[in-house]
Amino acid sequence: MVVAFLLLLGLFVVLAVLVLVVFLVIATLQMIRIAIGQWRDVVSLDRWGEVFSTIGRNKLRTALTTISVAWGIFVLVFLLGLGRGLDHGMRHNFAREATNGVWVMANKTSVAHGGYDVGRKLMFDNRDYEREKKIPGIDHISGQFFIRGGAFGGGEMMTKRGGKANVFQINAVHPDAAYFEQHDMVAGRYLNDDDIRHRRKAVVVGRPVVQFLFEPGEDPIGQWVEVAGVPFQVVGVFGDSRGAEQERQLYIPVSTAQLAYNGGDKLGLFAFTVGNSGPAETQAIIDTFVGDLAERYNFDPSDKQAVRVHNNVEQFSRFQMLFLIISLFVTLIGLGTLAAGVVGVSNIMMIAVKERTKEIGVRKALGATPRSIIFMIIQEAVFLTGVAGLLGLAGGVAMLELVGAANLTDFIYNPSIDLKIGIAATLFLIFAGALAGYFPARAAARVNPIHALRDQ
Amino acid sequence: MARRQSRDVAGMSHESHVAPSSDTRYGDPAVLRLVKVNKYYRVGTHSLHVLQDVDLDIADGEFVAIMGASGSGKSTLLNILGILDDYEAGEYYLGDTLIRGLSESRAAHYRNRFIGFVFQSFNLLPFKTALENVALPLYYQGITRRKRNQIAMQYLERVGLRDWADHLPSEMSGGQKQRVAIARALIGKPRLILADEPTGALDSETSQQIMDLMSEIHRTGITVLVVTHDQDVAARTQRTIRLRDGKVLGADDAGFSHPRIPVTTAAT
Repeated sequence: MVVAFLLLLGLFVVLAVLVLVVFLVIATLQMIRIAIGQWRDVVSLDRWGEVFSTIGRNKLRTALTTISVAWGIFVLVFLLGLGRGLDHGMRHNFAREATNGVWVMANKTSVAHGGYDVGRKLMFDNRDYEREKKIPGIDHISGQFFIRGGAFGGGEMMTKRGGKANVFQINAVHPDAAYFEQHDMVAGRYLNDDDIRHRRKAVVVGRPVVQFLFEPGEDPIGQWVEVAGVPFQVVGVFGDSRGAEQERQLYIPVSTAQLAYNGGDKLGLFAFTVGNSGPAETQAIIDTFVGDLAERYNFDPSDKQAVRVHNNVEQFSRFQMLFLIISLFVTLIGLGTLAAGVVGVSNIMMIAVKERTKEIGVRKALGATPRSIIFMIIQEAVFLTGVAGLLGLAGGVAMLELVGAANLTDFIYNPSIDLKIGIAATLFLIFAGALAGYFPARAAARVNPIHALRDQ
Repeated sequence: MARRQSRDVAGMSHESHVAPSSDTRYGDPAVLRLVKVNKYYRVGTHSLHVLQDVDLDIADGEFVAIMGASGSGKSTLLNILGILDDYEAGEYYLGDTLIRGLSESRAAHYRNRFIGFVFQSFNLLPFKTALENVALPLYYQGITRRKRNQIAMQYLERVGLRDWADHLPSEMSGGQKQRVAIARALIGKPRLILADEPTGALDSETSQQIMDLMSEIHRTGITVLVVTHDQDVAARTQRTIRLRDGKVLGADDAGFSHPRIPVTTAAT
């Protein structure tokens, strides 16, 4: 019963929408026919003089129409831009690590398993790297070796050149590490497989490192620097869009680091990307990955502490969903405002035409054709909504620029609007304005002058 | 609303083959000829027969009054004569042209070129100066602004309002406004002036002045048709046509005679 009722209701709605669409299409075609017939009026200065005098005469109406249209476009543009800013902000915050990246870090067991007690410290090695990189679905993988005994107990080590020395973060990685960061090579090259194979003492440095260690104008490529007591040759310089913190770093081949800093074949972290895999596929890859490690190192695969997994795919998709909902919501509000603007314009046009019944009667008696009257009103409506729409568009874009420049929060980054959407919205409103003028104009053009002019 | 009032019509007499009524008068060609014109208004399920077999013959250069009580069909007749409304049966010739079922744009063209309207309430556009108001019909003839205003000035001069060219209607008296309206009706060089109660909103002295102007126009050879219920106004025309219940009253003034109801002048 209920289903049948809903179906009927749905059918009714679809039919109603269809009828409305057909109706509007017919009206549009008629309008276009009139516009083509009256094309001279579009370029007639005389006619525009008439239009401007009407617009100037009804200041309140003009102001109301302008405000309602401009506000509609403004809100739509601003909200759409803000939605985009949120999206950009999310991507930007994620960008420090690839959105399809997964990080697996060796840690301590928290569950007794296979005869081992809890609290056992785990460590990966090169054999894990060789095996895991064959897992289907993983397209890029890098192992990382953590140099111990840095200045602050981590990877920060003293880097020296000549008389200058400073502490920078050292990352000992495979060349695929390039895929996890947002690096742009400014000069030279990134690490490559030959660096790994031959355990070359090659280093890729960030721009601040170059600024600190080298004189201005000096070419760092090929120069030697001392990293934690070991000389390395600079092969490349990178920049990072996320800022100075990500640039105050050095990247060296993991194989060289293991040798130079007494690491054997140990690795502390794996990072890999999963191509275009969705959350479920990614989870399957992680399960295989951790399962292999659990088998080899004898820990419980369900032990969340033994290896720490950071899954960007899942987080990103969750965020994406959230932001999609926000964007949808924001778009709906914007469209609602636009619709309110359209209704407002229609109302104002309707009243305006009603007010001018007498004038239209006079014009008709003096020889104005109905088409000329209809088109005059459409011209007014289009001009008003057009100017107002452009005002709203400009205001919205300016507001977005302001918000973008103010940098209020990390969540909003580079709010902007596809100009095509903005223009489309404005055109839509102009079209709506024309239609809003068309219907009452058509009714008004049918008035019988004698009757319109008799009532006093 | 007047046309919707009462007038209960039983049968709708359909036109039959009747010889054309009164032929041209004075030997002049008819500027306007109605042959058995019928007009109905549908009101709900009823049909009002507002004009019944109306025959009318106005010769070129005539000055005619149409009189009748409200509801007699005058405004309907005026609508038809002004090509603002169509009719169901019969024929209406404006000059040699049969006016029936015209497209809106052709009707507008004829209105613009052949007919000048003068209304009771003047109907000047309040936001336009006297000059612009007078020039408006020429706008719809596609004449340039400068030329328009030049011609309009001549017509304003003709009605004695040259000095008022830049004034808005709100700054003018009723008589002045009506004179502007008459100038506007004349500017298109019409063959026919249709005046709908042109003195209805004016005092008697101003009415006289306006009728003087109408007579003057008539003397230039333009046909003038005045709808009125004012005997004084009608008395100044050459001929009065009376309407009652949608029919033209024949006998008393079907002929050429000017004298009409000599005593009633005081009765208003």
